[in-house]
Amino acid sequence: MLTRSNTPAQPAIELAEHIVEVISDSGEGAQRCGQSLAAIAARMGNGIWTTEIIPAEIQPPARSVAGASGIRIRIGSQQVSNGGDQTDLVVAFNEQVLIGRVQARELKPGATILLENMWRSHLDPAIVQTYTRTVEALRGDGFQVIELPLEDRCRELVDDPRKGKNMFVLGLLCRLYGLDAGLAHEQIARVFRKKDEAVIRSNLALFDAGSAFAEAELDLRWRIPAQRATEPQVVLNGNTAIALGVMASGMDICAMYPITPATSASHYLSEVFEKVGGLVHQAEDEIAACAFAVGASYAGKCAVTITSGPGLSLKQEVLGLAVMAEIPLVVVDVQRGGPSTGQPTKVEQGDLLAALYGGHGDAPKVVLAPCSIEDCFYSVITARKIAETFGMVVVVLSDASLATAQQPFPRPQFSEDWLAPPVDQTPVPPGAKPYDWDPVTGLSRRFQPGQPGGMHTVTGLAHDRASKVAYDPAINEEGLRARSLKLASLQKTLRPAPVFGDDDGAGGDMLLVGWGSTMGAIQESVTRLRGEGLSVSSLHLRFLNPLPPGIRETMARFRRVMTIEGCWSDRLEDEMIDADNRRYSALAMMLRSRFLVDVDCWSQSRGQPIKPADICAAVRRALQTTESHA
Amino acid sequence: MSRRSLSQCVIKLHEEHHALEDYQGGVPRWCSGCGDNAILAAMQRLCSDEGLAPENTVFVSGIGCSSRLPHYMKTYGFHGLHGRAFPVAEGIKMARPDLHVFVSTGDGDCCSIGAAHWIHAIRYNMNITVVLHDNHVYGLTKKQASPTSPRGLKSNTTPYGAMLEPMNPLTVTLGVQGASFVAQGVDWVPEVLYDIMLAAFRHRGFSFVRILQRCPEFMPKAFDPWLRDPQRTQLLTHADGLQLSTGLSSAYRNQRVHDPRDLDRAREIASVDDPIPVGILYRNPDAPCYEDLRHAGQLRSPAVIRAGLNRELDKYTVWPEGAAA
Repeated sequence: MLTRSNTPAQPAIELAEHIVEVISDSGEGAQRCGQSLAAIAARMGNGIWTTEIIPAEIQPPARSVAGASGIRIRIGSQQVSNGGDQTDLVVAFNEQVLIGRVQARELKPGATILLENMWRSHLDPAIVQTYTRTVEALRGDGFQVIELPLEDRCRELVDDPRKGKNMFVLGLLCRLYGLDAGLAHEQIARVFRKKDEAVIRSNLALFDAGSAFAEAELDLRWRIPAQRATEPQVVLNGNTAIALGVMASGMDICAMYPITPATSASHYLSEVFEKVGGLVHQAEDEIAACAFAVGASYAGKCAVTITSGPGLSLKQEVLGLAVMAEIPLVVVDVQRGGPSTGQPTKVEQGDLLAALYGGHGDAPKVVLAPCSIEDCFYSVITARKIAETFGMVVVVLSDASLATAQQPFPRPQFSEDWLAPPVDQTPVPPGAKPYDWDPVTGLSRRFQPGQPGGMHTVTGLAHDRASKVAYDPAINEEGLRARSLKLASLQKTLRPAPVFGDDDGAGGDMLLVGWGSTMGAIQESVTRLRGEGLSVSSLHLRFLNPLPPGIRETMARFRRVMTIEGCWSDRLEDEMIDADNRRYSALAMMLRSRFLVDVDCWSQSRGQPIKPADICAAVRRALQTTESHA
Repeated sequence: MSRRSLSQCVIKLHEEHHALEDYQGGVPRWCSGCGDNAILAAMQRLCSDEGLAPENTVFVSGIGCSSRLPHYMKTYGFHGLHGRAFPVAEGIKMARPDLHVFVSTGDGDCCSIGAAHWIHAIRYNMNITVVLHDNHVYGLTKKQASPTSPRGLKSNTTPYGAMLEPMNPLTVTLGVQGASFVAQGVDWVPEVLYDIMLAAFRHRGFSFVRILQRCPEFMPKAFDPWLRDPQRTQLLTHADGLQLSTGLSSAYRNQRVHDPRDLDRAREIASVDDPIPVGILYRNPDAPCYEDLRHAGQLRSPAVIRAGLNRELDKYTVWPEGAAA
């Protein structure tokens, strides 16, 4: 038995990492519990990565498989770059929310389950029966189920345990992992800082009770050694990082329309932006949000619009206008599952081609993809700079995984270089033209309203250097050429993307290529596979348009190239699919067409972050196929 | 006026006077006899009379015959997308409340493809002057029915006659919470047209002026009954509204005293299409402007941004052992 009698506590088992999950019905605070656990571990110096488990419905029925709401926290002694594979320990507030997790193979075989036992003595015999059967089945499957009287113990302290159980569990988990109670108390005070003293006191009491309960009743003890950083770190999620990036970039205006999973960035920005003179405008729709941002940018204040896939589609016509008129604009797309309403709360990397080619006509845009939480912050600053320097639309492709994942990174040191220059109001020299395209770079100096002598009418029609409507076919091509050249000019300033794994530059059997949020999982896979003796490396792209230099040379050093992407691609094992009709994933398609290299792809779109174990299995399989062909 | 800041007054001292031709930017390519010409002439005169610096003036438009207007002004102009003039103009005004922002739109641009933006632009009540060129037809794309086309209109998309009742842009605008200035003009009474546009410009808020204009190409006879009979044009007068010259007063004897503060009466007048009411239907100078509510145009300094960013980062920072939080 794991429940203690009178024997002294076992010494803690030291671990390199552990994955913990807290799941409950929606509204029972599992996410807050897990977010706090992650923050406390990070404050102690552990690496962490959190992944939210979000029900798709607003008010799912209680005790339902689909209603599982919660969070997974991967805690490591080193830096953690992704959510990892399967869960080691799960705390569940009822047995139903567990079922879906088990069915989806999210739990490690033999994982420890700490389960609320109030259902065993429930008044409804049907609930008692389901509970008992489920527990038996879980034990039969080899899970270590430990039943806990969470409700009973919390009722000793609060009237409504539904609203306090999460902090009791936090205390319990902190004790199991030996996390510092003082730091935990600080964290609780911070979480409830907007509530009154009594609420903070009550939650601290619940925390302490949970901790004391674990001390007295549970024989589980783990230690994940932590190395406290010597420099200040910040712990926040991707959407918060994007919002802070907007603030740090010196942009004044964010125009948006609510859409999951992007909205939390705008929520946070709405709270803090006005304090530094910025503003968030909630427009009447996605199109208006984009047009509002274009208007503000045109008037000299480069603006941002934050959205998700369906919103990006709606904005496309306005983006075409911004490209044609060369108005700088930053668009953040926090990607979700698509097409259509798809999987609004779940991750997918499905918008790459829409960002690049979703518009009408030839509309070159810059596309960036942050690869970590830290990147989410800096990519907005970079995007604003590029947008203004080149007079271009810059799309930043984040996703639902980065949006909610937390990861510590060095605290940014503000620099005035990040800010936008003041609006130029100097007179325009006589004879200067608003689109005086440089013949080499395609760049031109933009005139802004308020500049004497610069009056002209910006138009979405094809236009000449004076912004006059072009009726001459040669003028149309001159404009197209200039707008296209700007992309090449930017490309000349980019550094080659570094290769991970191939330190000696000798190349090897397989190069994995990825973009965006999958970087951590891909690099962890490379490390594992190299540990197995396989010659695998990876290349991760932050710039998708233009692509950085050096990709051709890098690919040439490897026998095979395969992209790893979180979107759909046809599988060759399907009867109808062959080499001629296979639809490749987006990046693979781009690399194949640009470099004429036979790039393979492996992709997954299960609405979950891709796990390193799945990548490793795919690579092993692919390498075996090569060998059998050889 | 209280909203004029000291710096604007100082600039006024050495500001040059702008003549009418300073606002004339190219030869209009509208058909001869098109009502748009009358609107353009009134606009140019307005800019000159009000002494608007061309560099601080922006004409925003969508797509359609109406929306060519910015090209013929020698100010800044933004000829954007079909239906999207309002949000573009709002973004400009929010970023730069010091600019004079005008919107030139048409019955297709405003009342059809841009209808959602129109409704919300009324709600925002930003200080923008809007002219709806309403000729009851799509002209640029060569005669399709618009939302304001009369029933029975034979067009390329309604060869057997338009079946729906026309939309009334005045009652729609007056029905939206936040409407602060609604007026109607007709291109065949240019003197009144100018007076209405001047009052619209001087109103601080979203000034919506619907102008009934002739399309000689596709709707040549649409307004003939009204042109023939001055009694079928009703001029709205008031001490706080239009005051008519003697000449005009004797030509257009159908007059009605209407207080522009009376919203109920304004809605009543707006719903009448024969006689055509011309004048200021509604004006509420006290309706708050969105850009004021949002404190647009604040000066920002790097120090403020630095402090704000650091304050936020503090909330998420894990300090090394011994470091001060």
